[in-house]
Amino acid sequence: MDLDYAFMLKYAPHFAGAALTALRLAFWGIAFSCLLGLACCLFRFYRTPALGRIAGAYIELSRNTPLLVQLFFLYFGLPKAGIFLEAEQCAVLGLSFLGGGYMAEAFRSGFEAVSRVQIEAGLSLGLGRAQLVARVILPQAFAVAVPALAANVIFLIKETSIFSVLALEDPTFLAKDLIGMYYNTSEALLLLVLTYLAVLLPLSLFLNRLEKRVRHAEFGR
Amino acid sequence: MNAPLLDIAGLRKTYGEREVLRGLSLRVRKGEVLVVVGPSGCGKSTLLRCINGLESIQGGRIRFHGADIAAAGTDWRAVRQRIGMVFQSYDLFPHMTVLGNIMLGPLKAQKRGRKEAQAQAEALLERIGLLDRKDAYPRELSGGQKQRVAIARALCMNPDLMLFDEVTASLDPEMVREVLDVMLELARRGMTMVIVTHEMAFARAVADNVIFMDGGVIVEEARPEEFFERPSTERGRKFLDTFIFTPTHNEKEIES
Repeated sequence: MDLDYAFMLKYAPHFAGAALTALRLAFWGIAFSCLLGLACCLFRFYRTPALGRIAGAYIELSRNTPLLVQLFFLYFGLPKAGIFLEAEQCAVLGLSFLGGGYMAEAFRSGFEAVSRVQIEAGLSLGLGRAQLVARVILPQAFAVAVPALAANVIFLIKETSIFSVLALEDPTFLAKDLIGMYYNTSEALLLLVLTYLAVLLPLSLFLNRLEKRVRHAEFGR
Repeated sequence: MNAPLLDIAGLRKTYGEREVLRGLSLRVRKGEVLVVVGPSGCGKSTLLRCINGLESIQGGRIRFHGADIAAAGTDWRAVRQRIGMVFQSYDLFPHMTVLGNIMLGPLKAQKRGRKEAQAQAEALLERIGLLDRKDAYPRELSGGQKQRVAIARALCMNPDLMLFDEVTASLDPEMVREVLDVMLELARRGMTMVIVTHEMAFARAVADNVIFMDGGVIVEEARPEEFFERPSTERGRKFLDTFIFTPTHNEKEIES
């Protein structure tokens, strides 16, 4: 296969820039996903009136609709209701909406793993509910949930490829753009694959090590 | 020896249709050790769990320091800081070191100073012979060591009353003694305790009073030497018989 290496070298920095855009948006989307997911999980776990049910409905809605449809709704649907959002705002909001449901389920697996007697042991020490959650339940739940949370992080970063429909300059958008302009399909797609690998492989390895360390902490040295 | 520290009257606890505690009354004075024995499922553990509010009750009253803690509006956080509880399954917090486990309550629930709390925690560890393990995680300890740490964790709150829920039941036999010794020493120091146990020899050694429960009621209440030597009820006698083994090999030899 003949590849135009000069073309690839020329556009590699563009892909790096696009990757940074995607990562920046992913960072905020993932951060909000975690907060939203944790909140939903707490509402559901402690059967908070009304909020617990709303969280349950939200989790099903977010996990059972594609991100593409969610973004279309935010970008093309909301303006019809008079709400205009920037493309980047839509991207972060959409990713948070999708990720929140997945993160809530990941946290749930952790919360369910904390035994009832652990909670009773905490109560017996006179801890309040907030202290109990922060000191006894969350650290243990988090350790159990880390593999699922890490898988969600990878999944959500890959989902940023859909941001291209909002005309945001992420790697996928850039590749489509280059193919449209120069017809260098092979080069552009190869660069695209390499870009995602360059981002996700190190992250994946890092998360693997994090998982091991958290497990370690739980089980003692 | 005036007003009782713990005064329970007419305690009733039901799970749906099933009545687990059927009108139970008892008193424990300061410095007394009450041992509760009885067959599995007689409600002994439930009784302990009612005393520190882990179970709601359906009738009766529980007076602690003269106040009815079974009444609505009880500040359980405050009550639990004065009642220590040790569980059968130890339930140390696995993500904390031994010292972290012991200091959690004093630091967070009681808002005490770190220095002072740590000094007391270390003194307690010294007393139970585990000071050198203060930075270990629960996973690295044996069952007996874990249970001793769990006792220290409860003691570091400076409780007025300690509840022990079959604390040696899941231990290997060779580790039972080290835990019971800690409890005996506590009794000698004048700690008020309610102990649920199946260790009859220990019960006899540590108890000021013994309660024998069956079917959610107190069948017998006596001094340990009375109950263990001359149980006054048929049910009590039968229960104690289950702990006695009479040699049978001689009879077998005769048969063969």
